[in-house]
Amino acid sequence: MILVSVGTQFPFDRLISTVDMWAVENGRTDVMAQTGPSGYTPRALKCFDMMSPDKFRKLQAEAELIVAHAGMGSILTALEFRKPIIIMPRDHTRGEHRNEHQSATAARFENTPGLYVVRDEAQLLDRLNHLSDMVASQGVSRKAPEEFVSRLRAFIEEERPSSRVWTLPWRRNESSAAKR
Amino acid sequence: MAVKRLMLVASGGGHWVQLSRLSPAFEGHKALYVTTMEGAEAPSGATPVAVVTDASRSHPASFAVLFAQMIWIIAKFRPDVIVTTGAAPGLVAIQVGKVLGARTVWIDSLANSERMSLSGKLARRYADLWLTQWPHLVEKYPNLSSFGAVL
Repeated sequence: MILVSVGTQFPFDRLISTVDMWAVENGRTDVMAQTGPSGYTPRALKCFDMMSPDKFRKLQAEAELIVAHAGMGSILTALEFRKPIIIMPRDHTRGEHRNEHQSATAARFENTPGLYVVRDEAQLLDRLNHLSDMVASQGVSRKAPEEFVSRLRAFIEEERPSSRVWTLPWRRNESSAAKR
Repeated sequence: MAVKRLMLVASGGGHWVQLSRLSPAFEGHKALYVTTMEGAEAPSGATPVAVVTDASRSHPASFAVLFAQMIWIIAKFRPDVIVTTGAAPGLVAIQVGKVLGARTVWIDSLANSERMSLSGKLARRYADLWLTQWPHLVEKYPNLSSFGAVL
C-alpha cells in the first residue's frame, strides 16, 4: 500500500491529482490518500480528509511508500518507520501555504537517504515511475537526542517557589494540602 | 525531587510528533497533554489528553474559543510548567499560563529553519525558555536558546 499525506490545514491538489493520474494509468488500487480540505474528485485513490493520529500512525507503519508534502510530521514519521518517502514542498506563491518554509525543509532533507525531494508534478511522476530504485530511509529512534531530553528535564525540575497566582476556588484546599 | 504538574501542548501533525519525541523528559511527573486532534493518545502510558479547538490567522474568531478553553484547562489542572512545540494553541497556552503563574517553554518547530515562526515570535514575551531547533538562528534573536533538534 502507498500512503499519500498532505496534512489537514490546506488542500494540496497538485500532488493528489498527480498521484491519482499515475495510479489510474498503472492500475494501482492500493493507494490511500489523506487529502485535507481537498476539492479534487479522485479516480483511483482511496481518500479521507483526516483521521485520529493513532489510526493514521498505523497506516504509516503499514505503507511500503509514503508520498507527502514537506511537513515535519510526515518526514519524522517516515524516518521513524524506515519508510522511503517522496516529498513535494508546497509552493506559497500558488497559495498552497502561508510562507515558503516547506521549500526550506525540503532543501534541508534533500541528501537524506530514503528521502526523495521532488519540486513539481513532472519530477513526482518521474519518481513514481522508478519506484524500484528507491531505498528505505535510515531509521531514527522515536525519542529526541539525550542531550535535548536531559536539558529540558533539568529546566522542568528546577526547584523554585510556585508563582501560581490563581486557582479555581474549590481547588485551593487541594493545592495547599499538596504543599504540606 | 517534587513531582511537577506538566501541561504539554501541541497542534496535531508535525507539532504533535515533535512533542511526542520529547516525552522521556516528562517521565515521573504528572502530565496532561493538550492537542487539537480528537482521538490522540499520549506518547506514554495512560496520561490524559485534552482536546482544544485549532486556531489560525485565517479564522480569527477561533482564538476566542481557544482562549476560553485554555483558561479553563489551566485553572483546573494548575500546571507548574507548560511546554509547547506550537502552534497557535501552544502560544495561547503559554500566554494564559504565564499570567496564571506557570513556568513556560516554547520550542519552535524543526520546520522553521530560516526564521522563527510567527507564533514563535509572539511567544517570546511569555516564554521563560525560548528555544529554536536550529542553532544558527540563536544569534539572530535576543534571548533565543537551543538544546539541539528533536531529530
